[in-house]
Amino acid sequence: MDIQHTTLLVIGGGPGGYITAIRAAQLGIATTLVEGEQLGGTCLNIGCIPSKAMIHAAEAFHQAHHFMGDSTLGIHVEGARIDIAQTVRWKDGIVARLTGGVGALLKKHGVKVVKGWATMVDGKTVDVVKDKADTKPVRIQGEHIVLATGSVELGLPGMPFGGRVISSTQALSPDSIPKKLVVVGGGYIGLELGLVYRKLGSDVTVVEAQDRILPLYDEELTKPVVASLRKLGVQVQLGSKVQGLNAAGDAVRVQDAAGRDSELAADQVLVAIGRVPHTHGWGLEKLMLAMNGRAIKVDDQCRTSMRNVWAIGDLTGEPMLAHRAMAQGEMVAEIISGKRRHFAPAAIAAVCFTDPEVVVAGQTPTDAAKAGLDCITAQFPFAANGRAMTLESTDGFVRVVARRDNHRIVGWQAVGAGVSELSTAFSHSLEMGATLEDVAGTIHAHPTLGEAVQEAALRALGHALHI
Amino acid sequence: MGIHIIKMPDIGEGIAEVELVAWHVKVGDMVAEDQILADVMTDKATVEIPSSVAGKVMALGGVVGQVMAVGSEVIRIEVEGAGNLKPGADSAAPVAAATAAAPTAPTPAPAAAPAAAPVAGTPAKAAAPAPAASHGSNGSAPARNGNGSKATAALVRAPGDKPIASPAVRRQAWDLGVELQFVPGTGTAGRITHEDLQAYVARAAQAQPVGVSDQRYAQRLDEQTIPVIGLRRKIAQKMQEAKRRIPHFTYVEEVDMTELEALRVRLNAQHGKERGRLTVLPFLVRAMVLAVRSHPEVNARYDDEAAVETRFGAVHLGIATQTQGGLMVPVIRHAETLDLWACAAEVLRLAEAARSGKATRDELTGSTITITSLGALGGIVSTPVINHPEVAIIGVNRMVERPMVRNGAVVARQMMNLSSSFDHRVVDGMNAAEFVQRIRGYLECPATLFVE
Repeated sequence: MDIQHTTLLVIGGGPGGYITAIRAAQLGIATTLVEGEQLGGTCLNIGCIPSKAMIHAAEAFHQAHHFMGDSTLGIHVEGARIDIAQTVRWKDGIVARLTGGVGALLKKHGVKVVKGWATMVDGKTVDVVKDKADTKPVRIQGEHIVLATGSVELGLPGMPFGGRVISSTQALSPDSIPKKLVVVGGGYIGLELGLVYRKLGSDVTVVEAQDRILPLYDEELTKPVVASLRKLGVQVQLGSKVQGLNAAGDAVRVQDAAGRDSELAADQVLVAIGRVPHTHGWGLEKLMLAMNGRAIKVDDQCRTSMRNVWAIGDLTGEPMLAHRAMAQGEMVAEIISGKRRHFAPAAIAAVCFTDPEVVVAGQTPTDAAKAGLDCITAQFPFAANGRAMTLESTDGFVRVVARRDNHRIVGWQAVGAGVSELSTAFSHSLEMGATLEDVAGTIHAHPTLGEAVQEAALRALGHALHI
Repeated sequence: MGIHIIKMPDIGEGIAEVELVAWHVKVGDMVAEDQILADVMTDKATVEIPSSVAGKVMALGGVVGQVMAVGSEVIRIEVEGAGNLKPGADSAAPVAAATAAAPTAPTPAPAAAPAAAPVAGTPAKAAAPAPAASHGSNGSAPARNGNGSKATAALVRAPGDKPIASPAVRRQAWDLGVELQFVPGTGTAGRITHEDLQAYVARAAQAQPVGVSDQRYAQRLDEQTIPVIGLRRKIAQKMQEAKRRIPHFTYVEEVDMTELEALRVRLNAQHGKERGRLTVLPFLVRAMVLAVRSHPEVNARYDDEAAVETRFGAVHLGIATQTQGGLMVPVIRHAETLDLWACAAEVLRLAEAARSGKATRDELTGSTITITSLGALGGIVSTPVINHPEVAIIGVNRMVERPMVRNGAVVARQMMNLSSSFDHRVVDGMNAAEFVQRIRGYLECPATLFVE
C-alpha cells in the first residue's frame, strides 16, 4: 500500500480543522486535511450559518406579514407570501459561497485537501476511503495528527430520525412549511428553529424536560425570551418527557411532570436535544485516548494522552462553539511550529440567536458566587435606550458582573434584539482585564445599543445617567 | 495460507505507546507459537511480545528505537489456513483488528485488563466528587482571604489568582518564556501591562552589569525540553537507585605507574604487531582479579532486601563505556581466565558491541565489580557511583608525569590516581583501603602480577 507522508494531518474540515490547516500552512508546515463532506463542517453547512440565514428570512417574512395588519409604522403590505424553495436556494447559495471560500483559502495556502473518510490506524496513520464501497483506501501518515471531527446530533432512542422525525439539518432545508411542528428540546437550537417555523406560519409546540427553557442561562436572562415566545404564539410545555410517536405516527406522546400522558398532533417533529462529540465510527477507540465523559480529554494545549495527537473543537466537549474550535486550532498549529502557546482565554462568548437574542460572556452572577467572588451586579434596560426604541425592540437589558474589591469586570450578559453584536465589546473588555471605570470612561457612540454597555458599568458604579 | 497480523497489545495502566527496543526475529524467519518476537519498553518495564501463531515472518512493523502506539501493527506472519487479514480489506482491518488484538497478547492483555480496569475506575470515581465537594469550602476560602488582605503585600497576587493581562501581553510572555504569575501588574486592578512585562524582563537582564546591549552578553530565555526516555531513562533510574540505596564511601590513592608503563611500552614494542596493543586497562583488570582473592567482600552483590551478600569466585568485570545513547556497562565474563591480550581483545570487542548497539543482554548484565575510566579526561579525583547491586567500583584517573621524591631526590614519575567507591554497609573502610593498597602494590611492582 502506498503511504502518503505529511507533517501535519488534520481530520475534519470544520472551523477547527480548516483554521488549523491554514495557520499551519502559513507557518510553513506541510499539511494535509481530510474531509468526507463539504468543507466548513457543521457550522457552515448545517449549523451557525444556514440557521442564521433562515432566522433572517423568517424575520423578514414575519415583518411583512405584520405589516398586513395594523402597523404603528404606517407601512401596509398586501398579500405577503413566501416561496420557501427560493428561501432555501438563497440560503444554500450563501453556504456554497462560504464553503467554496474555505476551499479557496486552503488551496491558496498550499494545504493538501483529501476528500474522503478517515479511519484511524494508529496514532500517526489513517486510511481514507471515498465512500463505504471504496476498497482501496489511501493511507496517510503524519508526524502530528489533529483530531477535529466535531459533534453529531443526539437522537431520541424512542423516536429515531426518519419520516416525520427530523433533525436540525433537515429543518434547515424544508420542502414545505408543516402546519403543526413539535420541537423536542428547549435549548438554543430548538428555540432558534422553533421561532423560524413559527414566523414562517407553523403552529409550534416546544417540549422541554426541565422546568424552564434555555436551562443553561439564568431566569432573568430568559424572561424576555419567554415573553417573546408567548407573544409570537409558540406553545411551551415544560417539565415534560417525550415518550415517542403514537401508533398512527401522527402525534407525539408526552408525559408531563405530574405523570399525565397526552398527545401532540404533529406534521413534523424536530428533535433538538443537543449534540455529542463525534467519537464513534472512525477507529478512534483504537488509540485508547483518555476521555472526559463522551469527549476526548485534552490539556490547555489541546494535547491528548498520546504524544503528537491533538484534539480540538466539539470533539473535546463543551462549550461546543465554532469560535472556540478556531482559536484552539490556531493555537495547535502554532505549538506544532515551535511556538509556546496555551489555550487560556479570559472568556468565550456564547450567543443564542432567539428573538430576542441572548449573549453570555465570562461569569454570570451565579458563577461568580460559586467561585467565591464578592461581586457587584448591575443591569441597564433597553427600555431606557433611545436606539432600542427606534428599532421597536425595548425588551431586554445589558448586565455587568464585576469584583467589588477592584472593580475588574468578570462577566457580561445581555438579552435583546441585535445584542449578539455586543459580544465583541464584552469579550474585548474581559480579555483586556477592564474595570468598570474603563468601560464607564469610554465614550460610546450615540445613538446605539452599545450605550447600554457603558450605562451598565456606570450603574454598577452607582451613577448611571439615563435611569 | 493467510496473513496474521499481530498488533501492539494493551500493556495496561493507561500506556498508549511503547518503545520498540529489540527484535528477536527477522523477515523470513519461521516462528513457533509463544516464541518471543520483540521486546518493547514502557516507562515501567521491558515487556516481551510473544507470537500467538506459528508461521513465517512476512514483515516487521517498526524499527528498534521506534515509539509505537498501542494497537499499531507489530508484525505480519504467514500462517496455515486463513489469517486475520482479509484479502484486499486492509482498511477494514479496524474491525478485524479490534477483535484480533485480544487473542494476540495472551500474557499481558488478560492480566492487564482486569488489573487496569479497577485502577482506572477508582480514582475517577473518587476524584470526581471529592474536588467538587472540597473546592467550595477549601478551595475558595484562601482565595477570598488572599484578595482582601494580600492586596498590598509584596507578592504580586494571591496564590491561585490568575494574572490579568491582555491577549497581546500573554502572547509576548509566552514567546519570552516568562510566567506572568511572577510579573507584578501596575495597571488598574493589578492588570499586567506591556510596560510591566518589559520592566520585568529588563530587571532580569540588569543582573548583568555592563554591555547590556552587547550580543555576547545578551540574556537568553530560551529553553529546551528533552524527554528522558529509553536508555537515558534507564540510566537515570539506575543512578537514582544506586545513590538512594547505597551509602557510598570513596577512597582515593595515587599509584606510581612508572614501572608498569615501562613494561607496557616494552610489551607493545615486542608483541604489539601480532597480539595487538595493550592499554593500562588489562593490567588493572589483572591486578583486580588478584586483589579480590584476598578481598572477596568487594567482588560481590548485595541484596539489601533479603539482607544477603553474595560473593563470587568468578570475576565478571563491568567496564563503564560511553556510547551515543549514554552510559552502558558491558561485562568481561570470567576476567580471571584471561591473559593480558585476551583481556584487551575482549575489552575492545565489548566496547564496540556496546557502541554499535549490538551488545546482547548477557553481555550487559551480571557484573560483580566495575571499572570506570574517563581516559585522558580522567581528572585528578572522581566519586564513582556504584553499579547497584554491586558493592565496589574502581575509578581510574588521568596518568601524568609528576615530580616525586625518591631516596631523597626529586625525580619524574608517572603518577595515576585510583578513585574507588564502596558500599559502606558491607565493606568497611579498612577493607576498602587494604583492597586498593593491594591493587596499588601489584601495579607498582608489575612482576607480582605474574609471579605468585
